[in-house]
Amino acid sequence: MEISPALNTPLNIKSYANHRRLVQKIGISILFLSLIVTIFFLFIIVIFIAVRGAGVLNIEFLTAMPRQAMTKGGILPAILGTFYLSLGAVIFALPLGILTAIYLNEYTGANTLVRIIKMGINNLAGVPSIVFGLFGLAIFVKFFGFGVSLLSGSLTLAIMILPVIISTTVEALKSIPDSFREAGYGVGATKWQMVRGIILPAALPGILTGTILGIGRAAGETAPILFTAVTFFSRKLPKSILSEVQALPYHIYALVTEGTHPKEQIPIAYGSALVLLLLVLGLDLIAIIIRTRARKKKLW
Amino acid sequence: MVKVANINPPKIIPALLDTTSKCDKNNTRLKIEKLNVSFGKNHVLKDVTFNIKCNSITAIIGPSGCGKSTFIRCLNRMNDIIPSARITGKIILDDINIYDPNYEPYELRKKVGMVFQKPNPFPKSIIENLAFGLRLHGIKNKREIEKRVVSAIKSAALWDEVKNRLHDSAFSLSGGQQQRLCIARALAIEPEVILFDEPCSALDPISTAKIEDLMINLKQRYTIIIVTHNLQQAARISDYTGFLYLGKLVEFGETTKLFTAPKEKLTENYITGRFG
Amino acid sequence: MSRKLKELIIKSILLFCALSSLLFLGGIVIVLFTQGLPILKYVGIGEFLFGTHWYPTHEYAEFGILPMIYGSLIITLGALIFAAPLGILSALYIAEVAPFWLKEIMKPIVELLACIPSVIYGLFGVLLIAPIVQKLFNLPIGLTAFSAAIILGIMVLPTVTSIVEDALSSIPKEYKEAAFAVGATKWETMTKITLPAAASGISTALILGIGRAIGETMAILMVAGGSARIVFSFLKPVRAMTSTIASEMAETVMGSEHYYALFGIAIVLFIMTLCFNFIADRISYQFHKKFTATR
Repeated sequence: MEISPALNTPLNIKSYANHRRLVQKIGISILFLSLIVTIFFLFIIVIFIAVRGAGVLNIEFLTAMPRQAMTKGGILPAILGTFYLSLGAVIFALPLGILTAIYLNEYTGANTLVRIIKMGINNLAGVPSIVFGLFGLAIFVKFFGFGVSLLSGSLTLAIMILPVIISTTVEALKSIPDSFREAGYGVGATKWQMVRGIILPAALPGILTGTILGIGRAAGETAPILFTAVTFFSRKLPKSILSEVQALPYHIYALVTEGTHPKEQIPIAYGSALVLLLLVLGLDLIAIIIRTRARKKKLW
Repeated sequence: MVKVANINPPKIIPALLDTTSKCDKNNTRLKIEKLNVSFGKNHVLKDVTFNIKCNSITAIIGPSGCGKSTFIRCLNRMNDIIPSARITGKIILDDINIYDPNYEPYELRKKVGMVFQKPNPFPKSIIENLAFGLRLHGIKNKREIEKRVVSAIKSAALWDEVKNRLHDSAFSLSGGQQQRLCIARALAIEPEVILFDEPCSALDPISTAKIEDLMINLKQRYTIIIVTHNLQQAARISDYTGFLYLGKLVEFGETTKLFTAPKEKLTENYITGRFG
Repeated sequence: MSRKLKELIIKSILLFCALSSLLFLGGIVIVLFTQGLPILKYVGIGEFLFGTHWYPTHEYAEFGILPMIYGSLIITLGALIFAAPLGILSALYIAEVAPFWLKEIMKPIVELLACIPSVIYGLFGVLLIAPIVQKLFNLPIGLTAFSAAIILGIMVLPTVTSIVEDALSSIPKEYKEAAFAVGATKWETMTKITLPAAASGISTALILGIGRAIGETMAILMVAGGSARIVFSFLKPVRAMTSTIASEMAETVMGSEHYYALFGIAIVLFIMTLCFNFIADRISYQFHKKFTATR
């Protein structure tokens, strides 16, 4: 073994250093500028909606029924409709999603069936929302005969948010260390007792995050409920799960594209948009806060 | 000890002995003065002061958590990457304090190379792993790059094993080979000082022996500083040893003296295996 | 009941739940095909996919969906041209340059913005972007492919940024350390080590972005105008596959040619998004494998 002789021409870095410093400065400035532009575009939407919608927003707008062919009054039915639809979607999707996640993470290893199921979930997550709408139309509205109703809409939305709930729950389960499971078995618990008594409580913040994200997604979607649940105008609040409902996102769409009195209706659309935006961002903010706090508090 | 075959005794090439030496009359390469480091509220290094000699191997030993990795990462300002790090004191290399605000860390790291605990080649081919650093420092000529790459790989005692597959992925090498590739990568840009942060902790005894031999060879041209938790390793290869304990430099001196007749009780306890 | 039997029952219930996702996906496929394939009784598959005339309610109805495929693709392409560079560069800043506190703020903000409902983007597009586009280019109408591409670009921007940021952050820090140790500047480390290493993660982000853009309904429906003709100009109204389904389904009679044709469009859409997802899945799998094998 020998050391090859030093090369006669030493690396000269001095002449090159200034150039490199300059390149770095320019490069990082460009990155910073891009971030500013990105943030600008996204904030301008929020600000635009907030500014135009704020003037309309008051207690009456939130709690009154629409009047005079949707040109006056409030948006209570739309708010309630969106509330019912998202609630319904979560009631259907939550148990199914959690149990699926438990099966995938706790009960099986990596076999072909699990791979296929996971691929199915991934693909379900990528299905365009309008296709869920068509599915709901053909199955719930027509085949099961639920008609255009709260029930059909909730079921359709439930299928759509199922992948969100499954994947966040799986993430939460994955982050629980194996020592917890061993401790459970160590005191003689069966698998289910271990899952119910130890794993689920530990995964609760993660599951909650997924649930809230799911609600937020369900509340904001329009295409899946377009043919399955919504109506443009109703005088009454929904009476049963088989009645048609109004919903905020569809309400906004309809007012902008099909409204006959734009002067009166566009402001209502802005107001509704602000309500929807606050609702969705608020929910997601809560979800993110829960997740961040759970991560910080985590003792393992 | 594991018996190691296939390792030739180092051959010293006389012409190399005077290739570097930008040292002062005391033969000092690095002066460390009152170095203090803290991460947040955690005070990791306390008033560390000593000099590192030219063309020697200096080992830093100490129990886990004593700050030895933090110390070695100060010498090429690697701790700058950690946002919470606060560093005070001076480290003087070639008459300049490397913590001077005008001193660019990347110019420093050209002079002070580093080899890490885990082999960390880039996800590129063997030759590209070395060419990367050369191009950064302004060498664009393909022949020139090739010449330097081959020279560095030879110096890292890796040439025979990789000469036929320079364009393969660096990940096709074994762990020990990867670590020697990382050494070659550090050599390619012709540093003056090379830092080894527990370079053998992830390697088997045979690879370890190869790298130790390599280090002994390299000190003819470079100043080497190695952090190790392996006392035998420090005793085998180093000329000087510093013992760090709870962030303080307890003792520093010639390795033979430190290991045979330590001045401090703490040092004696540590090297005789009473704690650590 | 013995504990063993109980465990078995529970396991079966769980398996059944897990299979439900496959059931739904299968159900969607079956519904689409049973409701969509009958259109081929009325028009040939070539005529359906490549026909350029869409007159679903005429006496001599024509069902060519090429204009909509074109519309979807042109809007998606435009959106990507807008969102990809901005998203990647912003993600680079967040992941590699931003100080810790800024990163901690930016990540949730980007995530939050990805959740804004599409109908709100639509509203913004119709009432702000479209008039600006109209004035800027002196057009008779502001609802154009260009406006839709901008809106869609803004819409996928947070998604792209967030996934690219994840990909960059998942590059082992050892690579960066190695680059710094040979004297690379922050910028050189970013562009020559981190970015190439994250290339497949970034492509996954872009493909998922494309998937989201092509499946997007409401914003395009509101902003793109809605002419079902092929127009080779970015500044004229176009119509996408999704918006055609959304706007016409309510007027159709179940079992009519028009109804089948709309489901036929959905089949095309579904297959396209399936392909994008599949490609993204493969790439991200490779990406994952690369970084778990080497560590």
